[in-house]
Amino acid sequence: MARKKIFEGFVERLEILDQDGKVDEKEMPPLKDAELVALMESMLKMRLSDQKALNLQRQGRLNTYGSVRGQEACQAGLAAALDRSDWLVPSFREHAIMVAMGVPLRSVYALWKGDERGNIHPEGVNCLPPAIPVGSQLLHANGLGMAFKMKNMKEIAVGFAGDGASSQGDFHEALNFAGVFGSRTLFFIQNNGWAISVPFHKQTKADSVAQKGLAYGVPSMQVDGNDVLAVYKASKEAVDHVRSGKGPFLLECLTYRMENHTTADDHTKYRDKEEVELWAKRDPVDRMRKYLVSRGLWSEEKEKEFAGSVAEWIESEVEALESMEPASVTDVVDFVYSDLPWHLKEEREMLLKEGN
Amino acid sequence: MVARTEKLTIAQAITAGLKQAMEKDKDIVIMGEDVGRDGGVFRVTEGLMDRFGEERVIDTPLAESGIVGSAIGMAIGGFRPVVEIQFMDFMYPALNQILAHLVRYRNRSRGRYTLPVVVRMPFGGGIHPPEHHSESLEAPLLHTAGLKVVAPSNPYDAKGLILAALESEDPVIFMEPKRIYRAFKEDVPQERYSVPIGKARVAREGKDVSIITFGAAVRTSLEAAEDLEKKGTGAEVIDLRSLNPLDVDAVLSSVRKTGRAVVVHEAPKLLGIGAEIAAIIQEKALLDLLAPVGRVAGLDVPFPLPLLENHYLPNRSRIVEAALSAVNY
Ligand SMILES: Cc1ncc(C[n+]2csc(CCOP(=O)(O)OP(=O)(O)O)c2C)c(N)n1
Ligand SMILES: [Mg+2]
Repeated sequence: MARKKIFEGFVERLEILDQDGKVDEKEMPPLKDAELVALMESMLKMRLSDQKALNLQRQGRLNTYGSVRGQEACQAGLAAALDRSDWLVPSFREHAIMVAMGVPLRSVYALWKGDERGNIHPEGVNCLPPAIPVGSQLLHANGLGMAFKMKNMKEIAVGFAGDGASSQGDFHEALNFAGVFGSRTLFFIQNNGWAISVPFHKQTKADSVAQKGLAYGVPSMQVDGNDVLAVYKASKEAVDHVRSGKGPFLLECLTYRMENHTTADDHTKYRDKEEVELWAKRDPVDRMRKYLVSRGLWSEEKEKEFAGSVAEWIESEVEALESMEPASVTDVVDFVYSDLPWHLKEEREMLLKEGN
Repeated sequence: MVARTEKLTIAQAITAGLKQAMEKDKDIVIMGEDVGRDGGVFRVTEGLMDRFGEERVIDTPLAESGIVGSAIGMAIGGFRPVVEIQFMDFMYPALNQILAHLVRYRNRSRGRYTLPVVVRMPFGGGIHPPEHHSESLEAPLLHTAGLKVVAPSNPYDAKGLILAALESEDPVIFMEPKRIYRAFKEDVPQERYSVPIGKARVAREGKDVSIITFGAAVRTSLEAAEDLEKKGTGAEVIDLRSLNPLDVDAVLSSVRKTGRAVVVHEAPKLLGIGAEIAAIIQEKALLDLLAPVGRVAGLDVPFPLPLLENHYLPNRSRIVEAALSAVNY
């Protein structure tokens, strides 16, 4: 009796919608026609506003931009499963879901333009400012989820991260804390295959991020991240689990970053065209389009009309962005402390004297 | 024989130095995020994986603590790791390894374990990036015993200092002025040479005021010196090159000549290296001073996003003003 198996685990991957737009009826989530169409519209809004940002950056109207292209199903699927009162704890590639949850598009653009005011979100929109240090935000998501639990609140916190982030110590500390404290936290991992130039198989010897959750006693699951129906369904299960007080959950979406890491990057240096083309065939928007068309719920005209209204919304957001008054120079110092110490008062004086 | 030179940027000069050192010393390995196939996000390790293979140019998982901590073990195991922290701002996760271990193994083991680890960190502002890509974080590193900290401002020094760092038996933080990585090219000897760690350089001579600085701010200070020249003030610009050890003799001999000093750096003023230099000057050359030592530094705030960053950075006119107020004291 010297050797006993003390751990056995497995990770499920959920897939519903295939590349040809066919669904596995057994797994279909109970969504009404209008809800199915809403998922498509949500992804299209993300796609179009993302493309606009890339254009604006090329024209020098934004400084840098990190594209979400290819990951729309992850973010639209999750958005549909959350309550608007839930909290987002994002990293830098979550602007699509941020907008879906109520952050104005102009704010997202403003931040990439280099304007701190892009982090001011409307009252009632529960989204923390994106965290740039990779993986660090997951601990905040845990803490927020601990707070919700201790205060008997119904909200949940969603901590976002990528595959690269799963290598950071903070990722592991967050999962461990969440397991220990039963936090009301959903860890939502978009494994898009790459961390800048480093592919997932060089990031970890493990086959998935999800299996790491198991090691910390956190129920974990993987989903086809380019399948909005599967992401929605898995997210709903994960959200229900956390909301009902059963503790944290980790959901890993297997997806792909179709664009450069950011506009400062050149992905042709490190990845093969064939791989990108392969993933283009798995495009989340195309798949859902095929499915909806086959159901008679979507058409070319419908898409054209919808895209037109989205374009108008985007243009008005850009106009709002570009007609913003420049921030006051004193903004540089005014938010560092609740009351300014003497040396910042001196620096504030200098800034005022220098003007804009 | 005429020494052969090539025209290189700062980034290329560092690459050239790394390559030369790696050709000679098989124990030098490069480790970091995106340093291999991508050649680094700033392209400083470009071509090195092709030349030296994946065993010596190692794309690591995304974890700064993992990178520096593992480099420590590798150094004890006989290697000379050159670690890249993608942006200096991302050294935070590695600080436990740097401050608790990298700087202490020699002392802790009474000299048995020396750690010849070079940690390269692009630093400084002016490239209009998102948050956490612009800071100058030398102060906490200078405040910790056991580290050498260098920061070149031109291609010649960049190659010479990286080669010197790779000869050091102790850890060296190699700060790279990212704003001017590719701003200009200069003649750099093709042969191997080194610029000694601990020696400053007079970047421009002048008799009225000493501007003491390093990194990308050297260029800004030289521009300010031209403005001052037009106003009849001769500014001497001292490029520190090495922040620890500091070339106290170079600083003092300049200040003894001019009687006035202004320290320029991008890091926040409070407890920055300017404070240390001002303290040293008053300790060792008080009676030579004709005016208080001035400081032109970053503001005491988190580095602002691009639309406001110009208000943070020490600029030409702030330097001119500080120099003139010393001269007119
Ligand atoms: C602590 C830290 N180190 C390095 C970086 C630079 N960096 C920004 S994003 C990134 C890769 C992130 O990969 P992943 O977590 O997979 O997210 P993705 O970009 O694919 O969405 C790196 C290395 C950073 N922001 N923070
Ligand atoms: Mg990734």
